[in-house]
Amino acid sequence: MIDAELWSLFVNAALVNNFVLAYFLGICPYLGVSGRLDSASRMGAAVTFVMLIASLCAYGIHQVLTIMDARYLELIAFIVVIASTVQLVEMFIRKTSPALFQALGLYLPLITTNCAILAVALFQTQRSYGFVESVVFALGAGAGFTLAMVLMAGIREKLRLGAVPDMAQGTAITLVLAGILSLAFMGFAGIGGET
Amino acid sequence: MAESLQAVVPATGAEQFQAGLWRQNPILVQALGMCPVLAVSNTAVNALTMGLATASVLLASALVISSLRRIIPAQVRLASFVLVIATFVTVTDMLIEAIAIDVHRALGAFIPLIVANCLILGRMEAHASRRPPTAAALDALGMGGGFVLCLLTLGSVRELLGNGSLFGIAVMPAGFEPWVVMLLPGGGFFALAGLVLAGRWLSRTPARQGVGP
Repeated sequence: MIDAELWSLFVNAALVNNFVLAYFLGICPYLGVSGRLDSASRMGAAVTFVMLIASLCAYGIHQVLTIMDARYLELIAFIVVIASTVQLVEMFIRKTSPALFQALGLYLPLITTNCAILAVALFQTQRSYGFVESVVFALGAGAGFTLAMVLMAGIREKLRLGAVPDMAQGTAITLVLAGILSLAFMGFAGIGGET
Repeated sequence: MAESLQAVVPATGAEQFQAGLWRQNPILVQALGMCPVLAVSNTAVNALTMGLATASVLLASALVISSLRRIIPAQVRLASFVLVIATFVTVTDMLIEAIAIDVHRALGAFIPLIVANCLILGRMEAHASRRPPTAAALDALGMGGGFVLCLLTLGSVRELLGNGSLFGIAVMPAGFEPWVVMLLPGGGFFALAGLVLAGRWLSRTPARQGVGP
């Protein structure tokens, strides 16, 4: 694998095909937790972390199920293995690093079956990425999610000073903002190479 | 969240069915299951397929989980729900692949992603796991119906404005300039924002239900 191709994969996952703004994955936490900057960045970090775990699990499961010729079990296996691995890691972090747990812990159970996480597993299998590619893809997707999250939180913090119509408060105004951000992200379309 | 959802569970069967359609509409009011709504609503056909697939998974899982509600231990209930849901999603995925391969290709990874739809897990936790099968089925039908309606509205609007067609048939007059933005991801966000606003506008006139934040 050439470095340039891996870099392009990363940029593609993070900017050009941003999980939130181009694929609409992980919208629920995006709308829910983007109210404040600090919780948004923590959520982003937690999602990146879980994506990495999910990607590693999915790579292993895919190898095993291909050998066993039981591809139809893939979806069920992804869900169960990813969820239980995240639980294990959560317990491990709680024991070994309380500070890290403070930062990530709250969000870990929330995001184990988040669609963005599952999508990393499904996409890398569909596009038959190798091991290194999978890891890079997961990191890129996580970075993209964090970026979108932090941008949105920043805007929403500013917005609190603005006059938003009563009816548009909450979901509606956040969706409009996400639409504008999504249009802005389309400007990255040229830099990532083919999808 | 489970408590607040449970507190407003209506009593009779008909009310239960209607609640999901409008008053507690999963998308407009509860803002659940947004990801597939935005991702596949660029044409009416995709939106309808996705809506029906989600609704049938919801109904089938609700029936099974509600029948098994005394057997499933409380400690592992979420894992059991996910297993049941994932099974039905796999079945639906294969079914769509067998019936309509084109739509299956267009929807791509979003059919398996029904598993992660928080609407389904939410209904299982808040409703199906505590109710007899008939009540659970009615609730699932209502919620599923509300979901399909929203998805179909969104898909039709986006296809109409973005492509000038409906279900693949051109309906707009010849001079119509398509709004390409509606087919792009940004258009999905704008259309859903419009739908949520319209929903709030319409439900504002009767006595406020105290819904939404």
